[in-house]
Amino acid sequence: MVGITSFGAYIPLFRLSRDAIAKAWLRDSLGGERSVANSDEDSMTMAVEAAFDCLRGVERKNVDGLFFASTTAPYKEKQCSTLVAAVADMESEIITADYANCLRAGTNALRSALNAVSAGRARNILVAAADCRLGYPRSDFEQSFGDGAAALLVGDSGAIATLEESYSCSEEMLDVWRTDEDTFVRSWEGRWVLGEGYSANIQRATKEVMKRSRLEPKDFAKAIFPSPDTRTHRRLAQSTGFDIGSQVQDPLLAAVGHCGAAHSLMMLVAALEEAKPGDRILLTSYGDGADAFVFQVTEEIEKLEERRGVKGHIASKMSLPSYERYLSYRDIVGTVPSEPFRLFPSATVLWRDRNSTLRCHGSRCRRCGVVSYPIQRICINCRSKDDFEEVRLSDKGGKVFTFSSDNLAGRSDDPVVVQTVVESEEGAARIYCMMTDCQPSEVKVDMPVELTFRRIYEGAGFHNYFWKCRPPREGGK
Amino acid sequence: MESIKDKVAIVGMGCTKFGERWDVGLNDLAIEAAYEAYEDAGVGPEDIQACWFGTVSAPVIGIGATVAAEALKLHDIPITRVENWCATGHEALRGACMGVASGMYDLVLVLGVEKLKDTGFAGLGTGRGMHPLYEARRTAPGSFALIATRYFHQYGLSPEEGKRTIGKIAVKNHHNGSMCPKAHFRNEITLEQVMNAPIIAWPLGLFDCCGNSDGGAAAIVVRADMAKQFRHDPVYIKGLGLSFDAMLPHNRPGFSWTSFSSMVNSARQAYEQAGVKNPRQELDIAVIHDCFTITELVIYEDMGFSPHGGAKEDIDSGFFTLEGGLPVNTDGGLKCFGHPVGASGLRMTYEVYKQIQGKAELPSRQLKEVKLGLSHTFGGPPQVSAVAILGGEPG
Repeated sequence: MVGITSFGAYIPLFRLSRDAIAKAWLRDSLGGERSVANSDEDSMTMAVEAAFDCLRGVERKNVDGLFFASTTAPYKEKQCSTLVAAVADMESEIITADYANCLRAGTNALRSALNAVSAGRARNILVAAADCRLGYPRSDFEQSFGDGAAALLVGDSGAIATLEESYSCSEEMLDVWRTDEDTFVRSWEGRWVLGEGYSANIQRATKEVMKRSRLEPKDFAKAIFPSPDTRTHRRLAQSTGFDIGSQVQDPLLAAVGHCGAAHSLMMLVAALEEAKPGDRILLTSYGDGADAFVFQVTEEIEKLEERRGVKGHIASKMSLPSYERYLSYRDIVGTVPSEPFRLFPSATVLWRDRNSTLRCHGSRCRRCGVVSYPIQRICINCRSKDDFEEVRLSDKGGKVFTFSSDNLAGRSDDPVVVQTVVESEEGAARIYCMMTDCQPSEVKVDMPVELTFRRIYEGAGFHNYFWKCRPPREGGK
Repeated sequence: MESIKDKVAIVGMGCTKFGERWDVGLNDLAIEAAYEAYEDAGVGPEDIQACWFGTVSAPVIGIGATVAAEALKLHDIPITRVENWCATGHEALRGACMGVASGMYDLVLVLGVEKLKDTGFAGLGTGRGMHPLYEARRTAPGSFALIATRYFHQYGLSPEEGKRTIGKIAVKNHHNGSMCPKAHFRNEITLEQVMNAPIIAWPLGLFDCCGNSDGGAAAIVVRADMAKQFRHDPVYIKGLGLSFDAMLPHNRPGFSWTSFSSMVNSARQAYEQAGVKNPRQELDIAVIHDCFTITELVIYEDMGFSPHGGAKEDIDSGFFTLEGGLPVNTDGGLKCFGHPVGASGLRMTYEVYKQIQGKAELPSRQLKEVKLGLSHTFGGPPQVSAVAILGGEPG
């Protein structure tokens, strides 16, 4: 049976209190807090995080497709799914595709993956969605948006939730949009957007998918309606006949915020985290039309190994010290230009070294067993030449061997860069890298760390990504 | 393999004033250093048969030895540009010594200069290494501070104890530098100032880091048998060591981040050539690579001045002060001169040369009976280390 075989999610460590945003603008607060991506994160890196959470216990070579979905891809021209696939250490003979430009991009990608697997054109496709949208400073959107990601593995066997039915419709309207030159999300008058756009389309798709599957609201354990605000969410739940108290999935707005194209999948992950075998789940997402799905949870869900998902990532958080920090992390206000980097970025270097830099492979000497990172053709211990096997270090834990907190290397909004030598649990390989998502004053020798893929600087007209370490987030090792 | 011992001698040296030399460029520094060396040796540019020129960064990569030729108008002779990280000055000296020892030349010029204060930014910059990702945000203080953190951990020093220990090195070197007219910084400091200074790269504070300065130094190297024709007190090369390691050798089992094989081996090579068995007792002076205070501490141990883990005791007892058993960085070191990279190895050698001759500028800092001295540079960390041992008498 075709369905979802694994899931994962990612929410950045930082949370910003909406009261802090409101206070900066002397306006009312929507309450709660929103997630904020660190300055070294973007939709691509968040998708990688969710993909790793989803791939726990999954053989990479069995995955034959990767779809990336976002309205805030770091490149306008250049596929991101190939990058996510390489970082997640997928094989090269896979199908990749980016889904974009629409709040429904996440469920568009999910639907395509389900279709491809149903049609027998692929066996396992990973769908990774992430978003990091910007609302105009002082706008409601600025408070209500969040940053986050989700990943779902779609497969033809061992599904934890099988697909029972789906339905899609298209609606052309300029309700919310960004032109190719816009940084911030625009919208038309709210009453029309929420009435004729959001509510009308979700109601239609929800009704239609239930009709086609001959099900009624009472047949569902959970109904998922990704919503722009809590009031609209409540009204919609009532109008579709679901009980808000027992049947409707929390919209993740109070603790995270609306995460764009990833939001519907994040809510699905949150629902799956609580689901029991036999549960029916309805998901209807909106954006230039609607996608609706009916899933039924199977016994397989009880075999899934522990992961962070939405719940774990919500629980592990750090307060962003100020609203101004959010503005500079998102480049809404500038940072002081720093000295040009001495080592000029090079696309050919990145390409040539991709097994080390993207896949995070080290080399394990076949003669003496010493593991080196990056890959070394000649073993540093026994000097045997070209006699090694590659080992993936990205999903292995480690501990801090030594560190420094460098005040000269950072951006002006985050001047302290923690430089670390990490000792990996894989062959005690030492990895020289920066630490992120940490309190520099709390870093200690021997503290546990894990690796995370981040955007480390801009140069030569492209984004330069590399591995960093961080204190482990809560849940799933 | 033959030792370099007593095959060549230095008969003249020059050293510029080090500091923020806003009004002079690379060429001026070269002229200032070379002409002092010419005068000291009693030679002129027409006597120079070949030149070894060391500089690292300025003004652009890939200009060869043009600076030496352009500034000094050294026409029609071979000039070799060398670059070997922080050991560049020593590497120029080593090349020159080998050229003379081979018999190919009788009299050569060694020149090391660096103009750091033209970039618009303090420090040596971000991105020290070879790869645009692995070392993208690597800085010198951030790298050397890794040693301090691990050293404190390995020997069970609290951050407070560790910082006080290395802080005493800064106080000592500033005291020495205060008596050295050519130093960039000539102020005495207290341990409390060191402890309370702003952090540059934890655990290293401002006074744990050397300055960022412009400077140059030069030497005239001749065949040893000709040396007395130039002066009555030439200084003889007794040993030259240089050792390399990988960019990040920390994947080698046992690599500790508190001891560096490049340092141990460069010293061993030089000691063997010079016939030094016990450097702690036999050396009368050492001018070593205190780019950061922690660096000076691990050098004590890797070069055999103190046992491993024993540097703290020697620091606390004042063993490395001007009055101690082995005075180290008698001119104030990199702490007070700063580290114009290509010049440093020769500036250190200049101090050893002058001390052996009894010609330190001020009597207050002239050591008594200096027969054997050592200069040393260390780069990376932990790739490269260079050592030169010099003596006042042949044999």
